Amino acid sequence: MTATVHTSAALALGDDALVLSHRLGEWAGLAPVLEEEVALANIALDLLGQARVLLSMVGNEDELAYLREERAFRNLQLVEQPNGDFAHTIARQLYFSTYQRLLYGRLAEVQGEFAGLAAKAVKEVAYHQDHAEQWTLRLGDGTDLSHERMSRACESLWRFTGEMFLPLEGVDVDWTGMKDAWLESVSDVLHRATLEVPQGPQSGAWTAGAGRQGLHTESFGRMLAEMQHLHRSHPGATW
Amino acid sequence: MVEGDRMATAAAHRTAHADGAAQEDTSAFQAAFDAAVAAEERIEPRDWMPDAYRATLVRQIAQHAHSEIIGMQPEANWITRAPSLRRKAILMAKVQDEAGHGLYLYSAAETLGTGRDELLDKLHTGRQKYSSIFNYPTLTWADVGAIGWLVDGAAITNQVPLCRCSYGPYARAMVRICKEESFHQRQGYELLLSLSRGTAEQHAMAQDAVDRWWWPSLMMFGPPDDESAHSAQSMAWKIKRHSNDELRQRFVDICVPQAESLGLTLPDPALVWNEERGHHDFGPIDWTEFHDVLKGNGPCNDQRIARRRQAHDEGAWVREAAAAHAAKHGNAGTGATHA
Amino acid sequence: MTNTDWPLWEVFVRSRRGLSHTHAGSLHAPDAELALRNARDLYTRRGEGVSIWVVPSSAITASSPDEKDPFFEPAADKPYRHPTFYDIPEGVKHL
Repeated sequence: MTATVHTSAALALGDDALVLSHRLGEWAGLAPVLEEEVALANIALDLLGQARVLLSMVGNEDELAYLREERAFRNLQLVEQPNGDFAHTIARQLYFSTYQRLLYGRLAEVQGEFAGLAAKAVKEVAYHQDHAEQWTLRLGDGTDLSHERMSRACESLWRFTGEMFLPLEGVDVDWTGMKDAWLESVSDVLHRATLEVPQGPQSGAWTAGAGRQGLHTESFGRMLAEMQHLHRSHPGATW
Repeated sequence: MVEGDRMATAAAHRTAHADGAAQEDTSAFQAAFDAAVAAEERIEPRDWMPDAYRATLVRQIAQHAHSEIIGMQPEANWITRAPSLRRKAILMAKVQDEAGHGLYLYSAAETLGTGRDELLDKLHTGRQKYSSIFNYPTLTWADVGAIGWLVDGAAITNQVPLCRCSYGPYARAMVRICKEESFHQRQGYELLLSLSRGTAEQHAMAQDAVDRWWWPSLMMFGPPDDESAHSAQSMAWKIKRHSNDELRQRFVDICVPQAESLGLTLPDPALVWNEERGHHDFGPIDWTEFHDVLKGNGPCNDQRIARRRQAHDEGAWVREAAAAHAAKHGNAGTGATHA
Repeated sequence: MTNTDWPLWEVFVRSRRGLSHTHAGSLHAPDAELALRNARDLYTRRGEGVSIWVVPSSAITASSPDEKDPFFEPAADKPYRHPTFYDIPEGVKHL
């Protein structure tokens, strides 16, 4: 571990990417159309690449991914939310990729341990955001059914979005400014998609920064159980 | 050359057949077609071709495309459990490639005037087949390695000659696929090597996988030459370049030394080098099992199709939404693009 | 089959600057924007391109193979269009 690296920030950002990549990987073979299999896998692979760089800044990537307990993960609760239907996956992508693009855009501009990664990753996440935006427009302004589903998805994930803007130790950005920019960007997409910007709170009793502190939602434990089972069954083995 | 305007071509030919001079025209077309095939020229979508040639190609390319798509399932089964992040990235990229290869192949099939929806519908209703190998389950992580090494290895042995197939779009798709697949087999071999050289449990896991996948891989080359229904005609048309048994033998000969380097045993006591033939002899294949799996009685036939249908059915509202959006905004097929 | 059928698009990829776009294959997409993105994901995921065109397959007008002779044969008997047609004394350079 390098002395200059802010462990908690690298872990938090690395876990975000790792967990979301895993969730997107669950789509393999189940995407609504074959072209989308390729698109979702591209995004998952970008995120996994980012996760590996970030976790390696902290320690051994596999030990961190496979041998930590649930309470030691620092990812946002947003990214661990189950895929749900395609609308839920797209809403999650829209919220997270907009955040990631703004954050990495800022990190790329300032000298720091994340500048190199951020400069590369910001191009990847720009594409993720575009993908999410394109689908938000089509589902929001598609059929009555898709409008209904997209609307429900945006609503139900809204309460997980506040956590994104709680300051991360060692990440020197204007978090309030970022939150405003995020809201503006997401609102613009939702308006164009004929969707309402959800009015509810952006956090609840359990979501006020809970993921960043190691408190997660029920489905996350199962996700980890599946992800870690094989690795943990063979202690010390190499793969 | 352009592969657009497919349906129009098929229709034009039907019209040509309907007019009075049809008989004479067809024989002239047939002669030109035969000459092109004989001269190793490629047949292109808008060329005249015998109906049976077209039907054979549609059947074969569709089956090949379906195999790529169904073949995603046994491997996707392990994406969420991959035991290292490196292996996870490799596996995701590989399963993604299979979706991509399915798309290249559906696109080649569409040049023959059959739409993807029609082909998928035939897959979903059991009217078109996919490679029976994917009706076997992936029970352990080592199966991912065995699929890469043996199943992809067998597939590559089958596919390399298809790069010279007489039908242009199919041959071009295969060139692209073979280029991309070269990593698939190597990653499988490397995965098995890590297991074979790992702990005793890992080694046993690798050996068990090879024991289960070896015979089904040999069956991938299809029935023996004397029982193969379509082989002779396909070879005459240069869709197919080598016989089933020839390719199977080539594959066995390639695998034997590879297995030795892996430190794993191929599960065939009759497998022995035959100096006289210059090839390995191998034991009899259980064709009863092959036909049984083909008929739908394999371990996973129902499960594979059910999952494919589930993805298709549950995705319908998404596809409808995008079509509705395009219709509303008037950019369905007319939008500008930028260079 | 149903109204969920997405139209077919032909994809052309410029593999690097200085080369022209070449036909890479086809795909389905509901509209031009998604066609472009699907093409990016499908045909350039190994860095095969720097620019993509997508064209609705239905917008392409192709020459018919039945017109092969009248279309292309007249061009074959005009050898004076090719530089090799002309005899130049040996040793003459830059020509």
